[in-house]
Amino acid sequence: MTAGLASPLPPPIDTPLATVPSDTLTTASWRTFRPVIDRGLCTRCNLCWKFCPDIALELDAEGYPVLREAFCKGCGICAVECPPKAIVMEKEV
Amino acid sequence: MAREVLSGDYAQSYAAKLARVDVVAAYPITPQTSIVEKLADLVVTGALRAQYIKVESEHSALQACVSASALGARAYTATSSQGLLLMHELLHWASGMRTPVVMGVANRAVAAPWSIDVDHADSMSQRDTGWIQFYAESNQEVLDTVLAAFRLSEDEAVRLPSMVAMDAFYLTHTVEPVDVPEQADVDRFLPPRSKVGTLDPHRPTRLGSFTSPEHYTEFRHAVASASKAAAQLAPTVEEEYARIVGRDLGGPLPRYLTDDADAILVTMGTATTTARSTVDALRAEGRKVGLAKLRRFRPFPSEEVRALGRTGARIGVLDRSFTYGAAGAAATEVMAALYAASPRPLVRSFVAGLGGRDITPALVRSLYRHLLEEEGPEVVWADLKVPPGEATAEALHG
Ligand code: SF4
Ligand code: SF4
Repeated sequence: MTAGLASPLPPPIDTPLATVPSDTLTTASWRTFRPVIDRGLCTRCNLCWKFCPDIALELDAEGYPVLREAFCKGCGICAVECPPKAIVMEKEV
Repeated sequence: MAREVLSGDYAQSYAAKLARVDVVAAYPITPQTSIVEKLADLVVTGALRAQYIKVESEHSALQACVSASALGARAYTATSSQGLLLMHELLHWASGMRTPVVMGVANRAVAAPWSIDVDHADSMSQRDTGWIQFYAESNQEVLDTVLAAFRLSEDEAVRLPSMVAMDAFYLTHTVEPVDVPEQADVDRFLPPRSKVGTLDPHRPTRLGSFTSPEHYTEFRHAVASASKAAAQLAPTVEEEYARIVGRDLGGPLPRYLTDDADAILVTMGTATTTARSTVDALRAEGRKVGLAKLRRFRPFPSEEVRALGRTGARIGVLDRSFTYGAAGAAATEVMAALYAASPRPLVRSFVAGLGGRDITPALVRSLYRHLLEEEGPEVVWADLKVPPGEATAEALHG
């Protein structure tokens, strides 16, 4: 449980409300491709971060996307959406 | 109270307005009805202060309502036939997330073949989604039931969505005088929603996210318990409605001349009106026949069906849809409810009125005759024009 996030009211026990954040469950051990981000080409437009259907990209202090491997399924959406093609999907070894 | 001449569609719209819905989401193309068109009108003219969300499909319409409802909004949408089928996934989300959305359903046949006429297959095939389901007989009942459905759905012990279904064309597109309650009375009957179980953006929580086998069963069981609670609370909600608005909704299975009956027909929706007048005609001829209207299909009124069974009458259940490989959906439920009855009454499943085929007084007469006089099969397709075995290309395609 992350301090500060939890509601002070306990959720009704019959409702599937979770007070722990979703990154307590790692869900991507089965990935076969991984996105590799080329910082030289990246324009920090944030589109990859917006389009990622999971929580697998976060933005660092300078606004560059950084992969959170524990959540990336390797779907490739970020690579398709990236305007300057700064993301390449590479096969996991 | 004002008396207005309203279609079933507009009865839904005005009920949603009286309920002071916060959010309406809809997709405005066939098979949509004028329910949401009227609501758009009411929002644009300022008569209803609600957010009207235009979406790209029925799937998204219900998603928008479920999300709004999860945040504590009172949300309403309406759909029909294929649109309801497209919503199917979100129907489960709505009940699982315990969001008390109320939805109007114009009961229409589903494809294939294509049809836009009355049939209950659209909503009956959503039987197992955890939604409360009502079937209305008149436009007045549509309006009253939508208001009662909001109150029942939003009760803290229930928090389950409801659909209020009405027969296409017969209710949706024909008009009749409808008593529209005063806003002040509706406000007394239907207070603002409780915040129990809703999301608060200032205190982030996750609703309906990944759940391990350790907890999943308990959440499903909670939906089952809530459905039971809805059945237990429904009489109180109806009493409140009668006290404040002045109309009795009659419970989940109102009965007509059943106490001394030899044969009872169970009907849903507008077929009930035809059946009632046929009962009167048959009674005048000395036939002891009765009628029970299945107003609420989910939660199923098993207790009330058992009480009906204790009359000792033969029971026929008239379904306007079919559960392939079995019988009419309402018939199978009636049979199941009566399984442990002793003596167990004879129950027959009648299927008729599919895809808009008219259920006539003559047809209803034939059903009573069948019940009283014949030792027939358990399932009877009562208005089949082409007898099985005699189907020819000419007979089928005209
Ligand atoms: S590959 Fe898919 S899951 Fe992984 S970061 Fe890109 S969009 Fe997200
Ligand atoms: S979409 Fe491409 S350019 Fe935009 S932030 Fe992501 S990697 Fe950089």
